[in-house]
Amino acid sequence: MSKLKFVVASAIVAMSSTVISAGDFQPAVIFDMGGKFDKSFNEGVYNGVEKFKKETGIDYKSFEITNVTQREQVIRKMAKRGGNPVLGIGFAQAPAIDKVAAEFPEKSFAIIDMVVDKQNVKSIVFKEQEGSFLVGMLATMASKTAKVGFVGGMDIPLIRRFACGYEQGAKYANDKVEVFQNMTGSTPSAWNDPSRGGELSKGQFDRGVDVIFAAAGGTGVGVYQAAKDAGKLAIGVDSNQNHLHPGTMLTSMVKRVDVAAYDVLKSVKEGTFKAGIVSLGLAENGVDWALDEHNKALITADMKKAVDQAKADIISGKIKVHDYMSNNTCKY
Amino acid sequence: MNQPKKPLPVWADIILIPLINILLALFVAGIIIYLIGENPFEALKILIYGAFGYDEAIGYTLYYTTNFIFTGLAVAIAFHANLFNIGGEGQAYIGGLGVAIVMITLDGYLPFWALLPLAILVAMLFGALWAAIPAYLQAYRGSHIVITTIMFNFIAANLMVYLLVNVFIVPGSMSPESRIFADNAHLPFMHEILAWFDIQVASTPLNISFLIALLFCVFLWLFIWHTRWGYELRTVGFSESAATYAGINSKKVVMMTMIISGALAGMVGINEIMGVHHKLLLDFVAGYGFTGIAVALMGRNHPVGIIVASLLFGALYQGGAELTFDMPNVSREMVVAIQGLIILFSGALTYMSKPWLERFFHIFSHSKPTKMEA
Amino acid sequence: MHSDLSPMAIDLRGISKAFGSVQANKNVNFSVPKGTIHGIVGENGAGKSTLMSILYGFYEADSGEIYISGEKTKIQSSTDAIKAGIGMVHQHFMLVDNFTALENIMLGAESGSILSSSIADAAKELTRLESEFGLRIDKDAQTDTLPVGQLQRVEILKALYRGAEILILDEPTGVLTPQEADQLFNILRSLKERGVTVIIITHKLREIMALTDNVSIMRQGEIVSNLKTSQTNREELAELMVGRKVRMDIDKAPATPKERLLEIKNLSVKDEYGINRLDSVSFDIHAGEILGIAGVSGNGQSELLEVLSGIRDCSEGKVVINAETITPTKHANPEQIRKAKISHVPEDRLKRGLVPAFSASESSLLGYHKHRVFNGLFLTNSSAIKTHCMDLMDAFDVRPKDPSLKSANFSGGNQQKLILAREMEQKPKVLLVGQPTRGVDIGAIEFIHKQIVTMRDSGSAILLVSGELDELMSLSDRILVMFEGRIVGEMMANEADETTLGLMMANALGKSDEKKEDISI
Repeated sequence: MSKLKFVVASAIVAMSSTVISAGDFQPAVIFDMGGKFDKSFNEGVYNGVEKFKKETGIDYKSFEITNVTQREQVIRKMAKRGGNPVLGIGFAQAPAIDKVAAEFPEKSFAIIDMVVDKQNVKSIVFKEQEGSFLVGMLATMASKTAKVGFVGGMDIPLIRRFACGYEQGAKYANDKVEVFQNMTGSTPSAWNDPSRGGELSKGQFDRGVDVIFAAAGGTGVGVYQAAKDAGKLAIGVDSNQNHLHPGTMLTSMVKRVDVAAYDVLKSVKEGTFKAGIVSLGLAENGVDWALDEHNKALITADMKKAVDQAKADIISGKIKVHDYMSNNTCKY
Repeated sequence: MNQPKKPLPVWADIILIPLINILLALFVAGIIIYLIGENPFEALKILIYGAFGYDEAIGYTLYYTTNFIFTGLAVAIAFHANLFNIGGEGQAYIGGLGVAIVMITLDGYLPFWALLPLAILVAMLFGALWAAIPAYLQAYRGSHIVITTIMFNFIAANLMVYLLVNVFIVPGSMSPESRIFADNAHLPFMHEILAWFDIQVASTPLNISFLIALLFCVFLWLFIWHTRWGYELRTVGFSESAATYAGINSKKVVMMTMIISGALAGMVGINEIMGVHHKLLLDFVAGYGFTGIAVALMGRNHPVGIIVASLLFGALYQGGAELTFDMPNVSREMVVAIQGLIILFSGALTYMSKPWLERFFHIFSHSKPTKMEA
Repeated sequence: MHSDLSPMAIDLRGISKAFGSVQANKNVNFSVPKGTIHGIVGENGAGKSTLMSILYGFYEADSGEIYISGEKTKIQSSTDAIKAGIGMVHQHFMLVDNFTALENIMLGAESGSILSSSIADAAKELTRLESEFGLRIDKDAQTDTLPVGQLQRVEILKALYRGAEILILDEPTGVLTPQEADQLFNILRSLKERGVTVIIITHKLREIMALTDNVSIMRQGEIVSNLKTSQTNREELAELMVGRKVRMDIDKAPATPKERLLEIKNLSVKDEYGINRLDSVSFDIHAGEILGIAGVSGNGQSELLEVLSGIRDCSEGKVVINAETITPTKHANPEQIRKAKISHVPEDRLKRGLVPAFSASESSLLGYHKHRVFNGLFLTNSSAIKTHCMDLMDAFDVRPKDPSLKSANFSGGNQQKLILAREMEQKPKVLLVGQPTRGVDIGAIEFIHKQIVTMRDSGSAILLVSGELDELMSLSDRILVMFEGRIVGEMMANEADETTLGLMMANALGKSDEKKEDISI
């Protein structure tokens, strides 16, 4: 039955032209369980849409999900009440977007961090492995002990993708380097457990690690603090977190969800919205490493040169960074 | 002192007190809503309309109700044996695992009518197993069941993460979720069933497990009050020394009760996994197990009361979401706070208003004979 | 009535108190002259305890006035009562086990916020009280190590320490040996000599006669009579309490013991601390015989009943019924014991005998809920259960005859009759009966005694454990006395007397004088 629905929906999409007039424009954003102030992913989106609101003066509707069943309900309700575009945050919303997008073929949908294959859905994914590769190289070059660490949030494939890219970069800079990995936990609370993050970091420092990359949402705060306390280095994630502890924040692996969200809203407003998959990597400035006044003292010219070279090589395809999620292993 | 305190009339105990508790909770919630600058009456209107105002709202309300009935019954039967099962959350989670295992292995081989009973059986079995271990530890090893069931919630959560991340995940998939079951492994949605009779209603997650839940209420009522096992269970619950005197093995009763309790909680897996999501996923229990405790308290551990209390909490879940939707100032945390207030007033402070009521009834009932004397 | 010039210590005028439709006290008037001992008797539920609770501030009367020493006093809490000089010694002691006697006495009445100086003050005051009233206690002993007689003194001192001039005692002799009770009476008499007014609630008419100056008799919430003790007798008191003539003696033919039904050999029970609660107990009971077990409570009688009824395992020895050894075997649980035709009326009817929260019909199933008559394949047979309960109620005159009424809402006597009916209906070979008339009104006692004798005459062997020596002596055919888990004496009931039994219960018969000191002051 759902197959039939899909065929009908596709037919409708095919028949109707997807021109959207500006009058239909009423952005709706569905934040996921973390909430819009999760200091990480959802908050990045929040910053992007707030920026849009400030620039254009157009308000948006939003909702924070509290349980899994709500996703579909809320997305449908947003669409029903005129939401256009409807922006879903996080891979978990993909099935719901998939279903509701078929019910509202005349509206535009977008999802971040996951692919939904529908004619009116824009899917924005990031090549976290590429950015992680670069910060991995920096970690190795900054390390005096040839031991670098990784602290992940919740143990899910996405975070393993970060870890895998990081490991590749670290080994690329020096194949003798040892990479230590810990995941904070296996429940969503792992995204917001700074004390556990601090403990894991201390554990890694005790084993000789002197640079740690935290891809762990709010948990990262504990990691950065531990690095500062121990006089070691830490690497931020998602947004540029270099300013948190200048002097011990080596760099940040930035993932521009704010830009992605902003662009979706802007494109719909201007009528340039295109459905389909957008994969944002180094080439698209979707991911990058951050260099600013807070960390320039820590990045030597050699390091910068090597990383810039690697970045160019990745963009050109000379270096291939393995994506953990392509086969759920980190064998490259 | 040999005189028992004059008890409240039954209707006051089962209707008036819960009602007063809800009103008190709503009153406090209203103050908070007023303080954040919204109109409390408007908020109440949105809440009620959002829960019962139109077909989709009713569908979602009843869908939540279904979960609460299962977990509420689970907590209630344990209460009758004087056991406090806080592990509904974990038992429901593991029950869902059972459903998923059946579906993933057999959805290609068996038709729906064979899958459904099998899934129910396995969901209950898995939930029961998860409750049976703490029950065993309580009955034969003296570990307190409150502690062990809480711990088993964590074990269940971690086990499920491990299984989803490492076993059930679709290779290459982003989310730690199992594959979607084949169509013959889906419980019919209510809107689909009604459509057969040419009644068109909005598509909601409400499915036939709601009817199964109501059926379970009847079964449980019969079991607790009209079987010899229910008799033993209640005897142990009221007076363990009387149970010993009567030759009732209270250890066995603890095992039996917790197995039934866990089995009931496991039924959440049928509603969620087989009824709504059609795949195994993280955190589908979403606190229903814990809310079941409040539901049982409020429903006075009686199936009828549990249905009413479940409906109330279902309405709060659905209407509360509607509230955050329509009142931007009311955040989802606010709604959780309102739910918390209701749990506080009807759970922890259940009998707060009782002395006042007793005094009121006392004055009321006492004024009669004086009048007659005059 | 009283023409003394000095005001009454207590004067209650028109006290009424209702609990819903139940009128617990109805226009109660009575007064107690200062420095006298006043007894209050009445059946269970006659309103004695309610009245005393009103006087002590647990309940407030709906109407009526209380005068203490001539002054109108409002007593809304026990604090008010203490302030008015009223002290209460409860039936169940209200002491903190791991405090010393002194700490218990001063608890809640410390002289200041600094503990050490409070203790010093309290010790001084206690010494004064001890010498004034001749009440000696070991003030530094932890209360859980003291015998009950001593605990009661601690309670009395506690009241005196708070300045009590009026002392209320609720069933004070329930846990005492006759000798200990006599000691208590001596204390009360000496309190009286020093001007303390004593009110004693009891159902033991013998004690009323021995101790009090005046007695009030309550029936159905009302005081039916105020009498001078010297001008009345037990028979009159009993008649006033029940409202009709009561036979105090039990009408029974001499026993004609037949074959041996129950044989107990070297039965021992160790508790979880390894202490012998039963120590090599051996005896037989024959068909058509009532064997009484006497003893101060806590000397192994309860354990004996528990082992015989399968509730507790024994550590050594054996129980043979009808030449079949039933203990120790794996099957000696209450269910199997019932199948072996042993019925058990437990000592504590509210804890074991029935489930207070159950309806009468549910309680009348306790122990027999698996019987086929009450069950279908899955569901219970509600009508059979109800009929069964109605039959029991008919046979034993349980009132109100309402199977759906909560067990807790029956009076003690009716609860006990329901339990007896349930157990006797099984026509047991051996009937174990613990405290059959504890807290039961006189009318019901008569009935229960008659039923037990009928059971004996129909050929059952009956083991009777009771704390009431009167009951044991009049109901039993033979009496065994237990002390610290051992059987220390045996007498034929018609040869027994209270003094001898009392000495046996304290294990002081034929012992050295040194031993005897244990029970004297």
